[in-house]
Amino acid sequence: MKRMHISITALLAVFFQIASAQIGRPFIHDPSTIVECNGKYYTFGTGGGGLISADGWTWYGGAVRPGGGAAPDAIKIGDRYLVIYGATGGSSNHKGAILTMWNKTLDPTSPDFNYSEPIVVATSDGYEENDAIDPGVMLDPNTGRLWLTYGTYFGFTRLIELDPKTGKLKEGNKPIDVAIVCEASTLTYRDGWYYLLATHGSCCDGANSTYNVVVGRSKQITGPYLDNVGRSMLEGGGKMVVATRGNLIGPGHFGHIKLEKGVEKMSLHYEADLEQGGRSVLGILPLVWKDGWPVAGEKFKEGTYEIESVRRGYALELAVDFTRMPGGPRGFGQPNNEPIKPVPPQQLADVIKNWPTGTINLRIGDYMSRPHQQWTITDAPDTTGYLGGPYYKIVLAGTDRTLAATADAEVITVPAFTGAPEQLWRIDQLTDGTYRIMPKIIPNSGKKLVLVSSGDSTPALAEFDFNSDNCKWNFRAH
Amino acid sequence: MNKKKSSLLPAMAFVMLSLVQLTAIHAYAQAPGQPPPRPSLPPIPIKGDTTHTLSKHFIVASPAKKTTNEKGFIQRWLVLEPVRKDIARNNIFTDNYLRTTFAADNFSNDYNSVPKNGDMIKLGNQELKWYALESKTFNFNLYHFTYAINKPPYGVLFWLVTVIDCPTEMKNVRMTAGCNSASMWWLNGQEALLLSGDRDMIVDNATSSRLTLKKGKNIIRGAVINGPGMANFCVRFLDEKGSPIKNLSISYQ
Repeated sequence: MKRMHISITALLAVFFQIASAQIGRPFIHDPSTIVECNGKYYTFGTGGGGLISADGWTWYGGAVRPGGGAAPDAIKIGDRYLVIYGATGGSSNHKGAILTMWNKTLDPTSPDFNYSEPIVVATSDGYEENDAIDPGVMLDPNTGRLWLTYGTYFGFTRLIELDPKTGKLKEGNKPIDVAIVCEASTLTYRDGWYYLLATHGSCCDGANSTYNVVVGRSKQITGPYLDNVGRSMLEGGGKMVVATRGNLIGPGHFGHIKLEKGVEKMSLHYEADLEQGGRSVLGILPLVWKDGWPVAGEKFKEGTYEIESVRRGYALELAVDFTRMPGGPRGFGQPNNEPIKPVPPQQLADVIKNWPTGTINLRIGDYMSRPHQQWTITDAPDTTGYLGGPYYKIVLAGTDRTLAATADAEVITVPAFTGAPEQLWRIDQLTDGTYRIMPKIIPNSGKKLVLVSSGDSTPALAEFDFNSDNCKWNFRAH
Repeated sequence: MNKKKSSLLPAMAFVMLSLVQLTAIHAYAQAPGQPPPRPSLPPIPIKGDTTHTLSKHFIVASPAKKTTNEKGFIQRWLVLEPVRKDIARNNIFTDNYLRTTFAADNFSNDYNSVPKNGDMIKLGNQELKWYALESKTFNFNLYHFTYAINKPPYGVLFWLVTVIDCPTEMKNVRMTAGCNSASMWWLNGQEALLLSGDRDMIVDNATSSRLTLKKGKNIIRGAVINGPGMANFCVRFLDEKGSPIKNLSISYQ
């Protein structure tokens, strides 16, 4: 009975993970960029409060932000957190104010948790062509200057400069118009370009909301921000970053999260997750850079794949004897008037009886579409995850034979999945679109290692180096 | 947080969201040391002239010669005072809705007619006036127009007419438009463009099929419709290589 209970629970968990952007109670609208504080992740939303996650995958309410209003943003500067929000929810008279406040911690249970008095840094008077809500901040990595954009569809998105020490408007600074018909804008910097990311479309209409995130770029922080066809964002230009995908409708409120070199994420909300009653939910996606433009990657999709090494293009496989398929050379000196009959592909049952039953090592070899090269990857029946994803189990297709990390930093397969943490794998899409595969733990080690091609044919575990193709993999569905 | 929707629904959604979130954080919000709620909106001084005047954003009935601007945008239009419409949300603007509405609330079935500045017409039970205006920006902001003439800005249908003068016949050109929220455009009495849905004013958001601008006068008619939110449009022509056609002469007659 207990077994049945576990199975049903596991099934429900898998269903929930497949269907959801994040799990737990990730219900939020207009989330701030996700910020880490003392090992936990925080995001704030419209109306006050927000979400907390211990691992970045399971989210619950509990974050605290006073001031009400709408659409905050947050950034860590030094050892403090600057939280910025709009005082109104975008009032119908377009009168609004942007305020900033500091806190030493985002943990509401900490004795250090205490917001400073909010400071007004921008306003809209209800007559000008701007709505002072939807702030987004960026600390310029080149200059250390703190920039903030704000505004909605009602007129212009504006840029102001803040003092990164006080959070106040920099003395003498005047707003600059950088875009039109945008909402929820924010800036980021990469390789000599400033990128202005903003939300187009309409919100707050559930599954009928047309929100989507677009981008323009400029060599100057003040613009003009042009899209991929040279159209200014002051003319409504913008190249698509992320739009509706599947049952997740209307993404908006982009936030950029740089975890480490080559591993970047975006936080956002979907106006409606059809699988969760059409609620507005938090979303986290990989950020991929393609031809100098940011674009949303894909949360890893469960399935059966060839796991291809980027180093050589070979495939991860069980180190078992190669079994020839029937049929000899054809087409050389043979009559060509024979009827054409398909050759059945090699089946697992054809070869598994010849394999050892215990631990089997791995290697990387020419992909031949054989059973020892097919891997089924599914969300592991485990409640933990990482920023934007659950841990996965990787088994040889049609079997329970499982990929596992060893204490001596090698990778093997064991006959059955037990749920041990060395059998759980984190899969991150990298900024170049390839993937990093990382065990949850290395047994008896605190090291953070990833699956690598140590030679063309030899898999191992080693430290991640984004500059090395040895650390990168692709998943091919054939 | 876009307010381009019915004024009631977003308010309800906001209140509901606020209640949900406040409920969710209740235990934390009452924690010791938590600051009390603060006033939501500080005093905000008015920054500019708020009088209802057309001259802030438009040049009125200028007799001066005018051409399309350096990017080809047509800034000079005859604009009819907005036809009041009961529109709760902008995503009702389907193709069928637009064709039906523009046919029913049409000021004239002669698509080559050109009204005059100050003309009054009766449309249904509404007495409406034509204005000859030149936008000071590449786009034509109809929200500003309604403010200037002190009319309600939401739930509105605008009729527009302009005349462009071509020195020679131009074949294989395309009319382009961007609008907030939906619109329809005619060239010399023929439908050229239909922009349905809840759109943003984006340059070249839609382009017509290949058209011919005849030598001499060409009459453009437009209809822009909007429920809640900003109302706005921009129109220009592209040549067969996709470059904006500049220096077309624009007039009110």
